[in-house]
Amino acid sequence: MGLLSDPVRRRALARLVLRLNAPLWALPVAWLERTMRSVGLEVYTQSFSRKLPFPDETHERYMVSGTNVYGILRAPRAASTESLVLTVPCGSDSTNSQAVGLLLALAAHFRGQIYWAKDIIFLVTEHDLLGTEAWLEAYHDVNVTGMQSSPLQGRAGAIQAAVALELSSDVVTSLDVAVEGLNGQLPNLDLLNLFQTFCQKGGLLCTLQGKLQPQDWTSLDGPLQGLQTLLLMVLRQASGRPHGSHGLFLRYRVEALTLRGINSFRQYKYDLVAVGKALEGMFRKLNHLLERLHQSFFLYLLPALSRFVSIGLYMPAAGFLLLVLGLKALELWMQLHEAEVGLEEPGGGPGPSVPLPPSQGVGLASLVAPLLISQAMGLALYVLPVLGQHVATQHFPVAEAEAVVLTLLAIYAAGLALPHNTHRVVSTQAPDRGWMALKLVALIYLALQLGCIALTNFSLGFLLATTMVPAAALAKPHGPRTLYAALLVLTSPAATLLGSLFLWRELQEAPLSLAEGWQLFLAALAQGVLEHHTYGALLFPLLSLGLYPCWLLFWNVLFWK
Amino acid sequence: MAAAMPLALLVLLLLGPRGWCLAEPPRDSLREELVITPLPSGDVAATFQFRTRWDSELQREGVSHYRLFPKALGQLISKYSLRELHLSFTQGFWRTRYWGPPFLQAPSGAELWVWFQDTVTDVDKSWKELSNVLSGIFCASLNFIDSTNTVTPTASFKPLGLANDTDHYFLRYAVLPREVVCTENLTPWKKLLPCSSKAGLSVLLKADRLFHTSYHSQAVHIRPVCRNARCTSISWELRQTLSVVFDAFITGQGKKDWSLFRMFSRTLTEPCPLASESRVYVDITNYNQDNETLEVNPPPTTTYQDIILGTRKTYAIYDLLDTAMINNSRNLNIQLKWKRPPENGYIHYQPAQDRLQPHLLEMLIQLPANSVTKVSIQFERALLKWTEYTPDPNHGFYVSPSVLSALVPSVVAAKPVDWEESPLFNSLFPVSDGSNYFVRLYTEPLLVNLPTPDFSMPYNVICLTCTVVAVCYGSFYNLLTRTFHIEEPRTGGLAKRLANLIRRARGVPPL
Repeated sequence: MGLLSDPVRRRALARLVLRLNAPLWALPVAWLERTMRSVGLEVYTQSFSRKLPFPDETHERYMVSGTNVYGILRAPRAASTESLVLTVPCGSDSTNSQAVGLLLALAAHFRGQIYWAKDIIFLVTEHDLLGTEAWLEAYHDVNVTGMQSSPLQGRAGAIQAAVALELSSDVVTSLDVAVEGLNGQLPNLDLLNLFQTFCQKGGLLCTLQGKLQPQDWTSLDGPLQGLQTLLLMVLRQASGRPHGSHGLFLRYRVEALTLRGINSFRQYKYDLVAVGKALEGMFRKLNHLLERLHQSFFLYLLPALSRFVSIGLYMPAAGFLLLVLGLKALELWMQLHEAEVGLEEPGGGPGPSVPLPPSQGVGLASLVAPLLISQAMGLALYVLPVLGQHVATQHFPVAEAEAVVLTLLAIYAAGLALPHNTHRVVSTQAPDRGWMALKLVALIYLALQLGCIALTNFSLGFLLATTMVPAAALAKPHGPRTLYAALLVLTSPAATLLGSLFLWRELQEAPLSLAEGWQLFLAALAQGVLEHHTYGALLFPLLSLGLYPCWLLFWNVLFWK
Repeated sequence: MAAAMPLALLVLLLLGPRGWCLAEPPRDSLREELVITPLPSGDVAATFQFRTRWDSELQREGVSHYRLFPKALGQLISKYSLRELHLSFTQGFWRTRYWGPPFLQAPSGAELWVWFQDTVTDVDKSWKELSNVLSGIFCASLNFIDSTNTVTPTASFKPLGLANDTDHYFLRYAVLPREVVCTENLTPWKKLLPCSSKAGLSVLLKADRLFHTSYHSQAVHIRPVCRNARCTSISWELRQTLSVVFDAFITGQGKKDWSLFRMFSRTLTEPCPLASESRVYVDITNYNQDNETLEVNPPPTTTYQDIILGTRKTYAIYDLLDTAMINNSRNLNIQLKWKRPPENGYIHYQPAQDRLQPHLLEMLIQLPANSVTKVSIQFERALLKWTEYTPDPNHGFYVSPSVLSALVPSVVAAKPVDWEESPLFNSLFPVSDGSNYFVRLYTEPLLVNLPTPDFSMPYNVICLTCTVVAVCYGSFYNLLTRTFHIEEPRTGGLAKRLANLIRRARGVPPL
């Protein structure tokens, strides 16, 4: 006890355990197989292994190997062309055994029914999302993340829908639903409506983002609470990480959501029969589907379970924000044109042979160096932390995960210092034209990127647009430079991430202290890099290769001499 | 004709005693041979042997005319009264465990062992001089052979050729393990060949490829052999051998397929005109490792089966003297390909025609036991014509199940019975013999999702809006861009005048 009370020693021990790769907890594969078989399912297992790019300190894993167990309930008189999935991700931290029990009970009940038209796959994955990823990749016979896994022996056609179940405690007082998937993908709204219908029918208390549903929309409280839920959803969607194992199904166009049974210490408790009834209802409804869910919205924001904001409503907001960039770019373009005409008119009299192209050429040549350097910084930010982790751990007393995060921050900060020197090589015959051209390019670059991001992941695009656009539009080498610099730093992608973390915890009514916030920030960075490598989340490459270089261009504009 | 024959014989007989060179067949002959052996490890061994046989007694006759036999070695034999000479230069080590037993064994470095004639008085002196001469001939450090590394084995090294007595006093044996074999040793070795490296198998002996291998061994063996079956007189045999092992990973870029060109960066173009036999043997024994079979290209004309080193082997023979072999394309590039059995099968593919016929892929494959065979087909998702979508396009489109028909060997041999008499459940599929039975399996149908436009209200709205905009825009554009001007009616034209005349006659206002 005394040994582990010291946090440094405890972390050291945890790392040792990571290195030894000793499974602290393992799925009882044989028992599961036996039980599923006794229930009457076709049972298969799949083993997989994956070496993470660096040790995952929050989940305490590095060299992961595990086994997924799944049983298929074959629908009578169907040719195994379509299937539904009920999955329970099991991890070492939360064993989720209640959910496995519910899954087995449901399987036993479903097996006795005769109305199934689609096969139902009951999937128990080890190492939660990693197992799900391995199973999905093997099911669709692709390999996108370098996972090593054995091929699946049993299949059941195209998966139409999936429900992931997580019961974190024995006592369930409310069901929380998570829809945000990998890279901000969302399931069809009909799946959520289905869930909500059965929640109401069964009298279950359902929450969204851990928030109760506002009853009274006429007073101010209701919309305020809706706004909080909406903001939480925006933040979670913007993070681009799969919030539950359903998030990985969405990549394969399988509509999926995660149900979490939560003990929120309320007075009314539900036994698992109520949850099971809701699940049975959902599966029977999904079983009747003739087509994939497609009638309803794929792009929406949810202020409450029963209300949504459609894309037609929220997209103009992002459009107007991006219009600012477009207008600013237009203004700069006209200014540049005027300066060109102004330069030419006095020179036009004495020497009509002064041509237009050279002055333009100088303007463009001066852009090459800052563009290249900022892109190179972005590339370094993307590549070096993971590549150089071993070098860093050899020379500094840090663990790999810390090394990656600290390298990330160091390169990020180094980027602020580096581009100052680029414009000295540039000829200074027209000082204003240089930064104007650079800013023009940077504005268009930013507008294009934000436009593309907003189309695929609206929340992320909107969040970045609201923070970056004002500072980007204001940045210029004249005027209150310190103020601009502070503004620009505060709206840089990393600062946005830090701010979002504080906002998120504030909205969850669990405010962070500064130190906690910093720790969470470091952990979020490591998670972001890790999720890019393990699941293919795009936030990290997007920020490092796209937005960070673009932001550096504005920084360069600000310090243009 | 009948009269001409005896006449010709008579002329020959008359010429016989005097005209030696015309009548007698050449007393020396050259046989060359290349054996290509795919080794169990995936590497490939190539063994060259060049055998020059000379029906002449070098010691007794004062021979001065050399044809095929190299003069340098011939003089050596007569001067030092050699009975046998065995010299090998080797770089690398034959890995018997992975490569199997070798045809020609040699230690790493240089090895020289010599049997002298019993007429030699001072064996050590001759040995010393011989090693120095050989050192000069082969550009090797054989001059470092002295009494410190020379032994006289008494049991191990028997004469390989014709020998009446085996007095070990006349045997000398030495090994120089540090001897490095390189191009400078290969070049003099090649010069001893009658065709040098101009024609025949020796064109393949390109130094930069031979020394890019994992094992290289070249040797010279001289021994006396019987001239005929009764062994009344002796002939001299010179064997020049060269074995190399090509590394599958370095030369083959990780592939196990081989060709002469890939190994030697040369192909065979013509046989050596001096050779009486020139053959390439390729070991095509079915190892059945990894269920792969060896395929040789071009297909051999003949094969040769024998028990070599304790195992039955099959060799494909390519005779370079066979004019059809080389004359077809002026070069011969023997290729070895490892083929997995499924690829040997019959593949019939009938591509689809859009909206007329589906794809058909039929494959006849032999599956190895306890294996998983995966057949995958790449396809592209395409948009259909808008009338071709079913009412439920989001359900997906069915791909019909694939069919697997097989003749499965039966565990128990069934008796051939009259199928008219046998029960009906057993007699739909004709059974050719009792050892096999027929099985047909079907896979599940596949549901493929094709890209589907959103047929819901927004789609209709977009369609309608686009139509309206296109119609309005088109007509407005037409109106705005067209220039209008008033055209004055022209008087004139014969037809018009005629018409007006008629109209006037009818009392109608003119045009």
